[in-house]
Amino acid sequence: MAAPVTDSPLRTPQQPPSRKRRWPLARLDTKVTPYLFVAPFFLIFGAFGLFPLLYTAWVSLHDWQLVDGQQGFVGLANYYALFGDPNFYNALGNTVSMFLLSTIPQLLAALGLAALLDRGLRGRTFWRAGLLLPNVVSVVAVALVFTQIFGRDFGIVNYLLELVGLDRVNWQADTWSSHLAVSAMVMWRWTGYNALLYLAAMQSVPKDLYEAATVDGASRWRMFWSITVPSIRPTILFTIVVSTIGGMQLFVEPTLFDPKGASGVGGSDRQFQTLTMYLYEKGFRLFDAGYASAIAWVLFLVVLIFALINFTLARRIASKG
Amino acid sequence: MTTKRPGFLVYGLLSAVLLASVFPLYFSFVVASKDNSAIGDRVPPLIPGGNLFANIARVFDTVDFWLAIQNSLIIASTVAVANVLLSSLAGFAFARLRFRGRDSLFLIVVGTAMVPTQLGVIPLYMLMSELDWYGQLQAVILPALVGALGVFMMRQACEETVPHELIEAARVDGCSVLRTFFTVALPAIRPQAAVLGMLTFMTAWNDYFWPLIVLDPNDSPTVQVAVSTLASGYYTDYSLMLTGATLGVLPVIALFLLLARHIVGGIMQGAVKG
Repeated sequence: MAAPVTDSPLRTPQQPPSRKRRWPLARLDTKVTPYLFVAPFFLIFGAFGLFPLLYTAWVSLHDWQLVDGQQGFVGLANYYALFGDPNFYNALGNTVSMFLLSTIPQLLAALGLAALLDRGLRGRTFWRAGLLLPNVVSVVAVALVFTQIFGRDFGIVNYLLELVGLDRVNWQADTWSSHLAVSAMVMWRWTGYNALLYLAAMQSVPKDLYEAATVDGASRWRMFWSITVPSIRPTILFTIVVSTIGGMQLFVEPTLFDPKGASGVGGSDRQFQTLTMYLYEKGFRLFDAGYASAIAWVLFLVVLIFALINFTLARRIASKG
Repeated sequence: MTTKRPGFLVYGLLSAVLLASVFPLYFSFVVASKDNSAIGDRVPPLIPGGNLFANIARVFDTVDFWLAIQNSLIIASTVAVANVLLSSLAGFAFARLRFRGRDSLFLIVVGTAMVPTQLGVIPLYMLMSELDWYGQLQAVILPALVGALGVFMMRQACEETVPHELIEAARVDGCSVLRTFFTVALPAIRPQAAVLGMLTFMTAWNDYFWPLIVLDPNDSPTVQVAVSTLASGYYTDYSLMLTGATLGVLPVIALFLLLARHIVGGIMQGAVKG
């Protein structure tokens, strides 16, 4: 766009008087209105985003019961208790495991899908919309359907396993199998979405790069890894960070995968309880707001650390490619 | 990469993926149309039965689904309208108005996207009960009125489609900033605003965690919470459960099919480009 027209020498002579004549408050209007326009965002975020996050830190330093209220300052006691709590490490391990199991295959599959979509297909909108469809479905519905698909006695997955001569799996019962099932839900919902983000990036890669490579006799595979992937690096980093933040807060899928419903324990032996589920259990089932707040802050730090590690790792890997 | 027209293999692969995308939804519908005993068949059911309406009636008997639908509609439409309006105002200001601190304020907006809202649920819950808003719809609506993603999208939209010259012309004619927004900016970004409205409507409709906490679960608070209570009975009634899931998904699917082209375009436009 051109430079702001206020600086244009052509109009300055007539402009100020005409503005003043029509509306005496025009100057005030230009000065104040922009702040009024952006104010709602900051008010809402301050009241319902920032304040709760900071107040969580304050609550975490107290013995604070959700029903009875504040029972006194205890310093870091909640954190000490948390770091000696085997259920916390269990939830942390589960969260990381499900995050890795769902994110790595998901992003690789999205990359492959985007490459397929990037090849001048007939019926573009049809394919793209089809891939995005799972993303608009509610997580609750996804969780319920997949719980049924991974059912022990009548589930389709077990039926297929038996059909090819394998044993049935009691998906909820074991750590690895429940993690696989939950990861399948996450993958199903997000692979197409990420593929579309990659596709958008791929379409802005300059075509002459490919033409030059074709002249040099590079294979399609080679071009994909040495031209396409490095060119869309910012998008890949973006999806990795977003998936990390989402994956670390996984809640609905594992919660509803539990046959006991919303108890938030994640299976008979907590085999698929995530950190957010543990937070929910402590805060809203056992009403220990202080302890739950400590979990919240540790979770926040874990999210930050993971996002940072992934960001650095991904950048290093991508720049080698 | 258009050196060669894609062949049979590409279409085959994509068809397989598409089938996998649609299958769980189809399966949900199949179970919803069956008698619950059909689930016990050795071969999982794959063809719809004739029990859909009976199951729908059972859903409405088991939970107050009308109330849940009404609540979800109120929440999702208020959130969508507010997001469109407030994000457009902020996006317009960030893209086309000049004020001190604009760039740093915008950086803060982008940064807030990194703050996971889930982590503040405990004080947020305390705040809501302090205000006596537990169980009331505004407890779900207010925190979702405007978000960083919307502001970001609308700023992008204004930069792409609202010419500086038009704004200046309106100003010269004596338009106030607010009127300039309504007469010049808003009509120009209408397509992107519609996409944002759709996306926020769907997000609000599909939300589960916060409504579960702050609304009374025994009162059929929103469609998603009501559907999840269908699953939490002592004895799991799969056809009832998946009928609820199907019903909860239908409005969103209908909207999506209607506007798929724009939604896909909107998501691709919001992407970080290489």
